[in-house]
Amino acid sequence: MIGTETNGIPMLTLLTALPIVGAVIALFAGRFARLVAMLAAAASLAVALVVWTHLPSDGSMGFVERAAWAPSLGIEYHLGADGLSALMLVLSAIVALMSIDAAHRVYRQPNLYFALVLLLEAGLFGAFTAQNFFHWFLFWELSLIPAFFLIKLWGGAKRGPTATQFFVYTMAGSVALLLAFLGVFLATGSMDFEHLTLLASTGELEQIVTAHLGPVMPWLAVGVLAGFAVKVPLMPFHTWLPEAYSEAPSPVTMLLTGTMSKMGVYGMLRIALPLFGVQIAAMRTPLLVLAVATVVMGAWAAAAQKDLKRVFAYSSVNHLGYCMLGIFALAVPATSAAMQTSQAAALNGVILQMFNHGITAAALFWFIALLQERSGGARGIDDFGGLRKPAPVFAGLMGIALFSSLGLPGLNGFVGEFLIFRGVFPLAWVAATVSVLGLLVTAAVILTVIQKVFAGPVPERWTAFADLHTGERLALAPVIALMLLIGLLPQLIVDGVNPTVVNLLAHWRF
Amino acid sequence: MNYGELFHVTLPETALDLAALLVLLVDLAFLRKAALQVRLSSAAVIGVIGCLAAMWAVGMQTSAGFSVDGLLVLANGGVTAVAQMGVLVLTAVTLLLLIDSSFTKHPGEFVAVVLMAASGGLVISAARDLLVIFIGLELLSIGLYILTAFGKTSAKSAEAALKYYLFGGMSAAFLLFGFSYFYGLTGSTNLYEIQSSIANSGSSPLLIVAWVLVVAGLGFKVAAVPFHLWAPDTYEGAPAPAAAFIASVSKIASFTLLLTFSFQWLQVSNEYLSGARPAVEHYIVSAYQSWQHLALVLLIAAVASMIVGNLAALAQTSVRRLLAYSAIAHAGYILLGIAIYSTYSGQSDVMSFWGNAFNAGVISQNAVLYYVLTYGLTTIGAFGVIGVVERTTGSDKLDAFLGLHKRNPVLAAVLLILFLSLAGIPPLVGFWAKFNLFAAVLAVGGGVWPFALVALAVAMSAVSLYYYLQVLKRAYVMPAVDDTPIHVHPVTMLVLMAIAAAVVLAGCLPSVLQGWIASF
Amino acid sequence: MLAWTIYLSFAGALVEALLPKGKPALARAVALVVALAGLVIAICGFAGGAGQGRVVLVDTPWVPAMGIHYTLAADGISRVLVLLTGLAAVAGVLFSWNIELRTNEFFAFFLALIGGVYGVFLSFDLFLLFVFYEIAIVPKYFLIAIWGSTRREYAAMKLALYSFAGSAMVLIGLLAAYAMAGSHSTGIVELGHAALPVSFQMWAFPLVFVGFAILAGMWPFHTWAPTGHVAAPTAASMLLAGVVMKLGAYGCLRVAMGLFPHGMDPWGFGFLGIGSWRDVFAVLAVIGIIYGALVALVQTDFKFVIGYSSVSHMGFVLLGLMTLNQIGVTGAVLQMFSHGVLAGLLFGIVGRIVYERTHTRQLAELETMHLSKRLPFAAWGFAIAGIASMGLPGFSGFVAELQVLVGSWKADPWWTAAAGVGIVIGVAYTWRALQKAFFSDAPSMAHTHEHGHELAAITWPEVTGFTLLAATSLLVGLWPRVLLDSIEPAVKALLAGGAQ
Repeated sequence: MIGTETNGIPMLTLLTALPIVGAVIALFAGRFARLVAMLAAAASLAVALVVWTHLPSDGSMGFVERAAWAPSLGIEYHLGADGLSALMLVLSAIVALMSIDAAHRVYRQPNLYFALVLLLEAGLFGAFTAQNFFHWFLFWELSLIPAFFLIKLWGGAKRGPTATQFFVYTMAGSVALLLAFLGVFLATGSMDFEHLTLLASTGELEQIVTAHLGPVMPWLAVGVLAGFAVKVPLMPFHTWLPEAYSEAPSPVTMLLTGTMSKMGVYGMLRIALPLFGVQIAAMRTPLLVLAVATVVMGAWAAAAQKDLKRVFAYSSVNHLGYCMLGIFALAVPATSAAMQTSQAAALNGVILQMFNHGITAAALFWFIALLQERSGGARGIDDFGGLRKPAPVFAGLMGIALFSSLGLPGLNGFVGEFLIFRGVFPLAWVAATVSVLGLLVTAAVILTVIQKVFAGPVPERWTAFADLHTGERLALAPVIALMLLIGLLPQLIVDGVNPTVVNLLAHWRF
Repeated sequence: MNYGELFHVTLPETALDLAALLVLLVDLAFLRKAALQVRLSSAAVIGVIGCLAAMWAVGMQTSAGFSVDGLLVLANGGVTAVAQMGVLVLTAVTLLLLIDSSFTKHPGEFVAVVLMAASGGLVISAARDLLVIFIGLELLSIGLYILTAFGKTSAKSAEAALKYYLFGGMSAAFLLFGFSYFYGLTGSTNLYEIQSSIANSGSSPLLIVAWVLVVAGLGFKVAAVPFHLWAPDTYEGAPAPAAAFIASVSKIASFTLLLTFSFQWLQVSNEYLSGARPAVEHYIVSAYQSWQHLALVLLIAAVASMIVGNLAALAQTSVRRLLAYSAIAHAGYILLGIAIYSTYSGQSDVMSFWGNAFNAGVISQNAVLYYVLTYGLTTIGAFGVIGVVERTTGSDKLDAFLGLHKRNPVLAAVLLILFLSLAGIPPLVGFWAKFNLFAAVLAVGGGVWPFALVALAVAMSAVSLYYYLQVLKRAYVMPAVDDTPIHVHPVTMLVLMAIAAAVVLAGCLPSVLQGWIASF
Repeated sequence: MLAWTIYLSFAGALVEALLPKGKPALARAVALVVALAGLVIAICGFAGGAGQGRVVLVDTPWVPAMGIHYTLAADGISRVLVLLTGLAAVAGVLFSWNIELRTNEFFAFFLALIGGVYGVFLSFDLFLLFVFYEIAIVPKYFLIAIWGSTRREYAAMKLALYSFAGSAMVLIGLLAAYAMAGSHSTGIVELGHAALPVSFQMWAFPLVFVGFAILAGMWPFHTWAPTGHVAAPTAASMLLAGVVMKLGAYGCLRVAMGLFPHGMDPWGFGFLGIGSWRDVFAVLAVIGIIYGALVALVQTDFKFVIGYSSVSHMGFVLLGLMTLNQIGVTGAVLQMFSHGVLAGLLFGIVGRIVYERTHTRQLAELETMHLSKRLPFAAWGFAIAGIASMGLPGFSGFVAELQVLVGSWKADPWWTAAAGVGIVIGVAYTWRALQKAFFSDAPSMAHTHEHGHELAAITWPEVTGFTLLAATSLLVGLWPRVLLDSIEPAVKALLAGGAQ
């Protein structure tokens, strides 16, 4: 039975199929591969926006599609999109479009490159719309393949070992996740997220699992968390990230940081918290420690880097740390209306941060790519200086992006972090306080970057630094505009997300 | 002494002996100047006709046998008929394979000796009296010694014959000695009387001694360990047709003899069955119990043969010696089938026990016969192939077979089928024969020993695949040293193909032969 | 109708043997036609039998005196495995398209082996099953000894002897069961009902199970497998790893578990957590999974990696069998199918596509050849095959391993954890091989092999063979019901029938 908001068309299947079709066409499109990819990505964005604007107003699942697949294994073709999913779909579509836009000079096998990018996009769409574990896990794993090959074939000098490390590490986490979920399936016979969330919300899930398998629920929770901890990443499982982000070609890094990391956070929100809320609440303190460590250490490590890509790689770790902070902080039974409000705020903040960081980080890596092109491959923080003189537009636009990453009010980066802290302070003030350090260090890092790259005297070699030309300005303008728009009118997103937040929190049990 | 009856019963033997004389006559009188090939062919043809006549005679037998004073001396039907048919068929096949050979200038004599030895084999299969057994045995053996020595230009042939003769003579002496003990213990030379007398009196140490001596003598003939030392040399030295004959016909006769000894032992004649019940029961029980001790001797020989035969074959480089050791191993399997009989545990009703045991005994008897017949046929075929290869390459070493599939693909295919059958690979008859035999052994029941022995037999059989594959590897896998095609005489080729076909068919449709055996 | 797969194959083998030498094209054509015919029949039989239980195809008395019948029947499990054999046969012929040495003999042995395999999967008389099982041993020997590569004679002999030893053990168990059941019949169904005493089953089960498990590559009797797979020519490796090892697993399921179910009962005493033969074999299976994966991780010869990975994957099959629950055993059967297809795929690429052109299987040498550029089909083909083999979702291996993991969790969580470790190591060694062989960035050696220039183009048989197998794995991965609908009822019946 297929239920949608738009005249019975299976929008979500269409959405996932679009990039796949595009990938196949791109593979044979020769010189037009990039064009095909742009068209496919643009079409996907259009569909994603349609989904976003037609969500049910009560925050429940919309665009539901269900069909039997392998009932004896609990496998069902079940898709659905609520506010969280839809926002992620829009994010993925935007970032994919940005990534394709940024990759205007792929020096080898461009058709394969763009096909892989589109396949990755399809993987993201699939994972964000899946409501059955099999389907979700399928896309979770399969999205690794294009990512691996993108790093391996078009990456930097150390791409070989980096790609492998990335792949094996993530797979190991996935196996732990799989085993844990199989335990749940074994006990309940169901792989359906909605059904399991319902069971968990009444406490039945734990009872059923314990009845079947003994007191393994905490272990299952650990397994599931491990899988996501590697993906997000959460310290200390982050070691794969800096290498991967810096060795991958920048457009690919845009995808990695903009979307793939969000898969981990999404997984926390769709699977870990709903099903294992009680267990997570029981482990809240150590988890908060890890989140805080991620925030603070991420920022600190960023400060120590000399390679711009690595600076922002670690900075991504830091920003995602806020998401994890928010998630773990809200994992506590709400004993008052104020607590509930804080939880809602934190969750809203997390989701917003997912979106905003995705856009901002992608934009930042785009700018770094542009820098690298103009500098002939150099991207050290000390390689540049005073670029705002020869390239004022560049400096201006990148500056906006940088400030957004810093969390300046008025730009999109602020809103998410604000809401997270707004929610976390009442719930876990120690963690929040320590995390403020992260904010401060990040501010220092960003300002240092601005100072070293854009301010100060212009070295001899950069006097002829080319500014952004028209094409690039046109490409980047919408992104920057989006940052400003969301920074000034966050309700554009919050209005769409909040009902889902309320709905989700109503079903989560700690 | 009804000579008419005697003549009737020994018609098959007579036919063979007449054929032998005829061969000699024709060869020495008419064909002296003819080419060797012609002489060989005519001698073989006459010999085959003789065998056919004998077969017809066997089929025509109606009486229970020839008796003296009410005691059966020469039996008809049952085991005897099957064995005699087997002997005759295999003799005929051996003679057909003779047509191609060139090792002797006296084909007439050779064929005549073959036929006479075959008649000795017929006698052994039928004999139920110790002296008659001995006569038959000597008739067979002396013929075999002569056949072994027929390769006059080969030193190996002479050496083999001498060894065979000396061993044979010694074992004949042992046999006689054992027979004399039997006579001394029971006062009769007739098997039935011996058996019933021992059953009534129970076993004694002297009986064991007698039995061991008899087994020594008979074990020599079947090449069981530790009486096997003649086999490798004889198989290697004798001319190919002679070796084929030794490996098949004499085995049949000898195993039949062992079957007679063992199975007859446990027979209960109708007279006894009609007697008083407690006496009958006591008799049955003591018969089976006394057999247990005797069976042990056979079992030891069987196990030793299986192990020694297979392990020694692993190291051979001459295909003939390899076949000899494998023959020892096969003798071990067959002895297992002969030796295993039910044991009376004292629990159940004696008569029903005896009924079951008798049935199981019939089954294993049939299985043994099946095995021996098919093994004989396969071995003759194997020696046929070896003979061809030897004539062309001059040696019987493994390397003589290199590249056989190129030199003569049909011959190689025949070799493949025969050797795989010996190894016990389905759907060839060798597999079925082994399966049949082992199933019969297990059907006897009686605790863990049958299982353990069958397990040993199967394991050893698995080992045998290695050395059979060594020959096949030379034939199919390893590159040829000499590429020239090997030409085979059409008759020989036909016979070999027929043997191979029979092996395959009998393996696919085992019930045909089995049913035939059981029908006697 | 399914029985014709057997007859056609043997007839084909005979025809091939009689074909004139020096006409390889004719030999190939005949082989392909026969293999295709077998596949078509297998598919028809599979589709036609869907939804039915055990269908008896032929049942005639063979040796009435001993109660042996020529009984061919097919239940869901048989149909799936017959389908696998058909696929492997066609792919094997396609991947052997370039054999020039004694071509007709090659295909004669090949088809004879296929015929024997079909026979085993369709036999429902124990004796008949054993006959076909043994028939399959001899062609294997010759295929490896004549057309193989590294140490082929040694490998062929080792394989033959191990197989024969295994079948000897099975024969003993078979004879014993036959005798214990009264020597009335050798039908599998009849023997299954025969209520053999538990004490007998206690030793018959491990004997027969180990006998079959040797061929299935259970640790520690697996050593023939890597040697044999490496030495064998590509098509033979595909068959060996793809189908022949499944013969062993099938025998374990149908014969050992079907006839001696009480052999898996607890002994009454425990030792380090092992209290029954079931525990013993489950532990051995898990060791096989991990051991195979670990050893594959350090190999320098590409084919050895695949060979050891076969041992590891078969460990999953055996583990699934030992779970003794519906989902685990179903997963084991599905893994049999899946690994059969994938092993064929992997060996096809490594043996045929790569080795034939580069004449080396050493990963170190392949590293310098930049095969992703020169043999893109092979590189991406292996990527797909490797992904499938790792158990990534979307392909058949994932569904199968998922079921085995669930099933083994039901039985004992520790086995599951160990199996999970095996999966991770599996990812590592597959990825390592993929990297080194195809996507390495190592500098080219100055003196590359004779093919420093262009490597031969991909031929249509290679593409077809690859596509056939890869598409099958993908189809089953995305639509597992196509096989599960047949396997599940059959497993249910088997488990229910055994639990007397």
